[in-house]
Amino acid sequence: MSKLLYTKEHEWIAIDGNEATVGITDFAQSELGDLVFVELPEVGADLSKEDDAVVVESVKAASDVYAPASGTVTAINDRLEGEPALVNAGAEGDGWLFKMTLSDPSELDDALSADDYKKFVEEQG
Amino acid sequence: MKTTALHKFHIDRGAKMVPFAGYEMPVQYPLGVLKEHLHTRAAAGLFDISHMMHVVIEGASAAKFIAHLAPLRPSDLSQGEAKYSVFLNGQAGIIDDIIVTRLGDERFLIVCNAGCAEKDFEHITSEASAYDVSRERIERSFLALQGPKAEAVLTSAGMEVAHLNFMEARELGNGWFVSRTGYTGEDGFEVALPNDAVVEFTQKLVSNDAVEPIGLGARDSLRIEAGLSLYGQDLAEDITPHEAGLMWAIPKDLRAEGTFIGADALRQSLADGRKRMRVGLSTSEKVPVRAGTDLVNEAGDAIGSVTSGGFGPSADAPVALGLISTEAADEPIFAQVRKRTVPMIRAKLPFTPHNYKRKPTN
Repeated sequence: MSKLLYTKEHEWIAIDGNEATVGITDFAQSELGDLVFVELPEVGADLSKEDDAVVVESVKAASDVYAPASGTVTAINDRLEGEPALVNAGAEGDGWLFKMTLSDPSELDDALSADDYKKFVEEQG
Repeated sequence: MKTTALHKFHIDRGAKMVPFAGYEMPVQYPLGVLKEHLHTRAAAGLFDISHMMHVVIEGASAAKFIAHLAPLRPSDLSQGEAKYSVFLNGQAGIIDDIIVTRLGDERFLIVCNAGCAEKDFEHITSEASAYDVSRERIERSFLALQGPKAEAVLTSAGMEVAHLNFMEARELGNGWFVSRTGYTGEDGFEVALPNDAVVEFTQKLVSNDAVEPIGLGARDSLRIEAGLSLYGQDLAEDITPHEAGLMWAIPKDLRAEGTFIGADALRQSLADGRKRMRVGLSTSEKVPVRAGTDLVNEAGDAIGSVTSGGFGPSADAPVALGLISTEAADEPIFAQVRKRTVPMIRAKLPFTPHNYKRKPTN
């Protein structure tokens, strides 16, 4: 049974045991607009919390996606290389970015629940 | 922050507004930059460009005065003919790029960039003292309608434009003006009109299914694909038209004999050869290469930088304009994008063909 968390940097983290799948939220993709390029980390890369992990680029601008926690990248979503628009079509599904092991799950203690994230986005309004 | 007469229209259409040259302007509408770009090339895109400055120069020595300000021959322009040109400083650096249109025997319109408006007007004013001319800044609205359906849309809105060729303009009375010009590489028009008429006219245009309002985001990607320079990025006061690849806009005889401001420095640059030059760049990789990116040679030495760049939705590839050392221009070029060294390909400009309706040559 996996647990779904969100960050104020508009990422979602699906935690299954010691592995987390990371993506950006549907709100984030709608703010960014149509993506034309996604630069993913390499499998095996060691990330510290808040490292630049991914770059998502629209026609207009490049935006960084930070590592929500420390750990090692175990998989990346290869489909995004040819189809960056998958992130727009399914930010919280097929448009996931990468998977990582969590070296210190307590780093996610301040992450938001789905309800809290929804409230956070509404407050940003 | 200044606003245009269409500010409420932009908000009502759901535009995301950003500061641009002292104005709050729409960067994109809900359609998004990518689709706005593609829509313009496929049908017609409507841009609010009211932030640009219109100056009318009038008087017995108007043509002489403009020949002093810019490297062109205003006396050779027929009525309604428009030319792209530049204001240069004494070192032949570019103060602004402009469009000059002949409105009458002794009357010319100069359209300047919004970001250069104040310095341009001061420049015009300080140079005007020796000439018998008046200069008037016209406060009005300015729209661009660009794309293959632009002519049909304007025609059905009651504006007769079919007879105009590329770079031709007409005054329509009551402060209205139309020219077959633009900044997208597509056929299209720019319409100047009084502020109190612009909302109704804009509503009429967007009621046509072929028209979508387009923001600054797509305006930028469209003009990069068209290989057109942006002042403040590709053009600046320390860049000459020779370096910027704009010599096509300066008649050959004027290069030799012209007395415009900066003429001597430009002649010197032409005689000495340029140290830097404008190039079009693309890459077989998918990564957009943006303004400010450093360019290096195979050895990793700095050779220049990207002045404009991003993803070209119509080119379906990264598109960039760079200013690089002339001696490095024919060697392999690489861009430093974050931690990656991306091999670049010199690309012929424009990246997408121009679709101008030029005057037929007999």
